[in-house]
Amino acid sequence: MRKLSLENINKLFAAVAEDKTLYLPVDQSDGSAKYSKWAEGTVWSNALNTVRSPKDLFFPQTEDLMEFKTEGKNIEVIDIRKESEDFVIFGVRACDVKSFEVLDRVFLSEPVDSYYASRREHAVIVSLACSRPSETCFCTTFGIDAINPEGDVSAWKTATDIYFKANTEKGEEFLASIEALTEESDDTAVNEQKAKTADIMKKLPLADLTTDSFGGGKTEELWNNPVWDEFSQTCLGCGTCTFVCPTCQCYDIKDFDTGNGVIRYRCWDSCMYSEFTRMAHGNNRLTQKERFRQRFMHKLVYYPENNGGLFSCVGCGRCLSKCPISMNIAKVMRKIGGDK
Amino acid sequence: MQKITRDQLITKAVELLSNGTVSAVLGWQKGEFDYDITPAVFTTEEEIKNNFVYNDFCGANFSKYLVAKTKKLEGKILVFLKPCDTYSFNQLLTEHRFDREKVYAVAIGCEGMADVVKLKNKVDGIISIDYKDDAMYVDTLYDGTVKVDYADVLAERCINCKSKKCVAYDELMGEDGEVIDSARFDEVARLEAMTPDERFAFWQNELSRCIRCNACRDACPACTCEKCVFDNPNSGVENKAPANSFEEQMFHIIRAYHVAGRCTDCGECSRVCPQNIPLHLLNRKFIKDINECYGEYQAGAEVGSRAPLVDYTEGDLEPGEVFERGDNNA
Repeated sequence: MRKLSLENINKLFAAVAEDKTLYLPVDQSDGSAKYSKWAEGTVWSNALNTVRSPKDLFFPQTEDLMEFKTEGKNIEVIDIRKESEDFVIFGVRACDVKSFEVLDRVFLSEPVDSYYASRREHAVIVSLACSRPSETCFCTTFGIDAINPEGDVSAWKTATDIYFKANTEKGEEFLASIEALTEESDDTAVNEQKAKTADIMKKLPLADLTTDSFGGGKTEELWNNPVWDEFSQTCLGCGTCTFVCPTCQCYDIKDFDTGNGVIRYRCWDSCMYSEFTRMAHGNNRLTQKERFRQRFMHKLVYYPENNGGLFSCVGCGRCLSKCPISMNIAKVMRKIGGDK
Repeated sequence: MQKITRDQLITKAVELLSNGTVSAVLGWQKGEFDYDITPAVFTTEEEIKNNFVYNDFCGANFSKYLVAKTKKLEGKILVFLKPCDTYSFNQLLTEHRFDREKVYAVAIGCEGMADVVKLKNKVDGIISIDYKDDAMYVDTLYDGTVKVDYADVLAERCINCKSKKCVAYDELMGEDGEVIDSARFDEVARLEAMTPDERFAFWQNELSRCIRCNACRDACPACTCEKCVFDNPNSGVENKAPANSFEEQMFHIIRAYHVAGRCTDCGECSRVCPQNIPLHLLNRKFIKDINECYGEYQAGAEVGSRAPLVDYTEGDLEPGEVFERGDNNA
């Protein structure tokens, strides 16, 4: 385990940023944090997490895919793909690290999404263990260990120091690149903090939330559950939950007419929107109830059914904090699962 | 802290439901942590007794729900309206957006609502909240019980409350208040006093956080188009995501124009914004301008009033005056 005094954290950032682009949570003017590019003077946020998830760095909200140029009857297809630059995402929480696995299964299965794959290949994930989880946190429900986050490198921050441990080859390389700044250390301080955090995790109000009622094969059982009617009644149909969600991965592909050609781009889409799944024959989800059901069934039934039981919710709690009407997956799970 | 209690509202709801006055109740449903309250439609006494709550986090404006909820309704729906909600209620009636006959409106006095973001900036790990006369006592994961003064977490729209007067109801609970000479335009005046570059930088910074989730539009009681142009693939301007930060300005400015003269300044747009963008300031700028150019006008103060922008009087401002005014403002 390598150790660095927090007094020298900016030296570490400077060293990392010398040959790789570095992203880390930074406070914005409204007080919330956002993954931002590090530059001299950038201050690492103390926030538990960012409003927007780090999925943005692999799967941006809008992205150009290709261009077409037309001349007479000829159409030229221009491949605008570029190899991603090398970058480091620093301070990723365990829930968000897990979200990359959820996204990988979608974007890296055949046919591989080359845009996503390139960024994923060139990224080093430095995770950060939680020590002050929020009441909205429920990662343990999905078997995620906030105290021992995955990623290429895991980090633990105490009041005075930060500790690093490599988990992958990329992680070893990262630690080698900052070796001069860090010193070897035992894990006493880290273990003390882990024990404290473990106690807090048990006291979280959502600690008893389970996935027992969900998983592959539950479609028929849950399809007509009255919860969809009841809980979708006041859903505004906005896209907040899907856009702050680290695992929502639906997108739309559109063409932008430039006058002498076309730029084909994709942008995030939301199953909450009325035009989502609109096809030539019309739309098969005509009411907010159907859209609402889709979102939760996807996270809790369809995705695990197709991905070996892995749920596509990581319990980060962003939707719990941000839904304008405070309706969310935890409430849906409680209602269906019954109070334990 | 609210003077009207949960128990009073439950008694009222149960009474109106059981005597057949209404067949459904639009109210607040309890959440996991006391502050995460969801608007809900209750149809049984049991649901109301078990799940109905009312506290300082019941800020949601129910007026807009009436557009959808009255459409297929048998009988009437009971809606609880805070003073500011009654303005939206009237404005929607002015625009013929729902059938008044299908609604039983109970107006309730309001002491101002709390802002969850403000509370969370003060307190970590909120488990539950006890509302006492002097302050709210928040039970937390980390710091035991924390005393939080109501004034310290009062929502901006309530600090600058424009009116405690209930302008529409079938029945009033609690005391009716008065229209308030609030300081709600002070922040607009501060922005007006900026140079154009400063003002541009201010809005660029705020709007750059927009994730185009449409929560502002979807919560807005003035946004009740059956199909918004931004959702309509045939409109030519449909877009689900921001292409650049300028486009976000376009979206919000177009929306502000669209609701100009109809916005009652209920503040829902800013409350629901996940990125804490002070969207209400755009609308307040329009309200302030309308007041200054055409005389004081409050949308929703009564049903059927003609907003200055859709009315003609001989004393109306000439286009040239507007142009000069814009010039001075730059």
